[in-house]
Amino acid sequence: MRMRSLAWLLPFAIISAANANLAPSPGINVEIGYLGRDYPEPLPISLVEPAISDEGVQGARLGLADNLATGRFLGQAYHLSEKIAPRNGDIISDAKALLQTTHLIVADLEPDDLLRIADLPEARDAIIINVRTSNDDVRGKDCRRNLFHVAPSWTMRADALAQYMAWKRWNRWFLLKGNTKEDVDYVDAMKRAAKKFGSFIVEERTVVFDPGNRNSETGHQQIQTQIPMRTQSAPQHDIVFVADTQDSFGDYLLWRTSVPKPVAGTQGLVAVAWSPLYEEYGGIQLQTRFRAQNKRPMTERDYLAWLAMRVFGEAITRSGKSDVDGWRAYIMSTQFQVAGFKGQGMSFRPWDRQLRQPIILTGPRTIVSMSPQEGFLHPTYLTDTLGVDAPETACKLSG
Amino acid sequence: MLRPSTRTILAALLLSATTSAHADKIFVSNERDNTVTVIDSDTLKIIKTIPTGKRPRGMAMTPDYRELIVCIGDDNRLDVINTDKLEVIKSFAASGPDPELLAINHKGDLIYIANEDDSLVTVMDRSTGEAIAEIPVGVEPEGMAVSPDDSLIVDTSEQTSMAHFIDAKTNKVLANVLVDTRPREATFTKDGKEVWVSAEVGGTVAIIDAKTFETKKKLLFDVPGVRPELMQPIGIRFTLDGKTAFIALGPSNRVAVVDTATYQIKNYILVGQRPWHLELKPDGTKMYVANGMTNDITVIDVATQKAEKSVPVGRLPWGVAVKPGQK
Repeated sequence: MRMRSLAWLLPFAIISAANANLAPSPGINVEIGYLGRDYPEPLPISLVEPAISDEGVQGARLGLADNLATGRFLGQAYHLSEKIAPRNGDIISDAKALLQTTHLIVADLEPDDLLRIADLPEARDAIIINVRTSNDDVRGKDCRRNLFHVAPSWTMRADALAQYMAWKRWNRWFLLKGNTKEDVDYVDAMKRAAKKFGSFIVEERTVVFDPGNRNSETGHQQIQTQIPMRTQSAPQHDIVFVADTQDSFGDYLLWRTSVPKPVAGTQGLVAVAWSPLYEEYGGIQLQTRFRAQNKRPMTERDYLAWLAMRVFGEAITRSGKSDVDGWRAYIMSTQFQVAGFKGQGMSFRPWDRQLRQPIILTGPRTIVSMSPQEGFLHPTYLTDTLGVDAPETACKLSG
Repeated sequence: MLRPSTRTILAALLLSATTSAHADKIFVSNERDNTVTVIDSDTLKIIKTIPTGKRPRGMAMTPDYRELIVCIGDDNRLDVINTDKLEVIKSFAASGPDPELLAINHKGDLIYIANEDDSLVTVMDRSTGEAIAEIPVGVEPEGMAVSPDDSLIVDTSEQTSMAHFIDAKTNKVLANVLVDTRPREATFTKDGKEVWVSAEVGGTVAIIDAKTFETKKKLLFDVPGVRPELMQPIGIRFTLDGKTAFIALGPSNRVAVVDTATYQIKNYILVGQRPWHLELKPDGTKMYVANGMTNDITVIDVATQKAEKSVPVGRLPWGVAVKPGQK
């Protein structure tokens, strides 16, 4: 009964654009590169969560499909070239090969790889969009002219949580942290956020727990006795903040702390750009399309890769330009906005090329809130209350 | 076997139904309750709450006002409500997946349905309930409109940010007009010369010439003290004389009043929270606005442009339709 087979063969019709700022760029063929590496990923602590091997790239493929859907009405074609380097592989030669054919790169990379590639002479005029790392330095002192970020930084995430804590008046935080570089980075952001939004850290404690201590056999007994011991005799606090980016112990804090307190940070209440639980502002439609394509939930990195593709799509469709310089100028202009199911257009901060965006606060089963919270004001964008604002940036780029 | 109290209530209900035969019936779809609330326009009392399928959103009254057709998104069908009996009398299964909004042509024989999950517009024969055509459009089709002479169909696609103009004879796309981000509703002006398209995230309404498909004007909204990103236009309705447009502005909790000759915004009316779609009373005196977050409708007096009253309905009210009373 369905008459779908001929759907995509419909001929292009008249293209109308009265306004100069809506002038489409017909007849162009754009290649976008996806560059990643097979980094070791922490095993999901819960059996319910599938171990995903194609995180990120599937979001980019959905973004490609969305760009193509618009493009076919405007005579624009898009391609996605995917390069995922092996764990110890030579990513530089992969990047060089990719940069020979495209200067539009979706970067699913850790900070070291990201900077090495951004600094390649071949990448000088590229637009590289970071969809992975939350590291603040690559947006701050190590920022690069060709490096854009749709992934929220650690400071944005911590500020999003801190605003909610201020609204709840849960101002006394007991901080537990792992010992990886990322854990330490997030802790720094949490300390900064506490100061910025009127909370304080009553104690900071390092917890080392072997990853992979699963709830198997009698594992729960050990966890049940260990966690209260490691969280006891802390000063009075309202909430436990946890920085455990490797998922080694954070989830075990819930229900097991020495005194009964809620948990926030990397587990418990988390601050994310996307969650499979999110359905507001039409978000359910993106979830449905992703699930139809991949038979699994859409993760944050999938969303960020999709969003990076949409940033390129918007720039190409609306700038009226057909070259990378034109698209970059448009992305950096005040006209630019990309929609990402957050109920508002999102744009890049000129001082560090970070996408300003609302941040979702979610528990394990439901969305709890979205920051910025009501009442936190900013002269230009309320979303600029999250993360590093213009006066405090360590990024020394101009324009 | 009815207890006295129930009998009294029933009698009162019957009485109110008979005394207001001349009143209009206001229908409101409640997205989260899976119901359509029916309100008497004179008393503003609820006459009935009609159970429907899951996630009712867009609604369209047939030209003879005998039937109200409701998009049932989560059950992938249309429910048909008999507007006298006030109950669902049949369902059309051939609506295509996830129908969100629909439009019926003025002849009353064809239904056009935006299939949000499938990038299609389904054309349905109303007499048989069969899908007779599927028209591929952009991603997340949403708004649907039919020109006054039934010759032209407009669909908006949210993700693709376009208004697609479709020839109703051939079901072929004539033009794809790029508009601002996340277009929602498309509405023809009374004379059929323009199509107004709201862009929710872009925060604008594009006014497109229905002949040349050129964007003549873009409306921007600005209320001092209200953050610009909250000005998100959704539903659009014109007054009977066509001289004024009322535009619901979502999270800004306001309805904008626009002069259709000068395109000047003349007023912003404060209503309930997150006004979504709206509908004019057939005699042109009132505008009914569905407020998604406050679970009510606001009654606006068209002449004075004042919000007069709010009436509680179900959860997450989405669309409004009105059937004129017997004269």
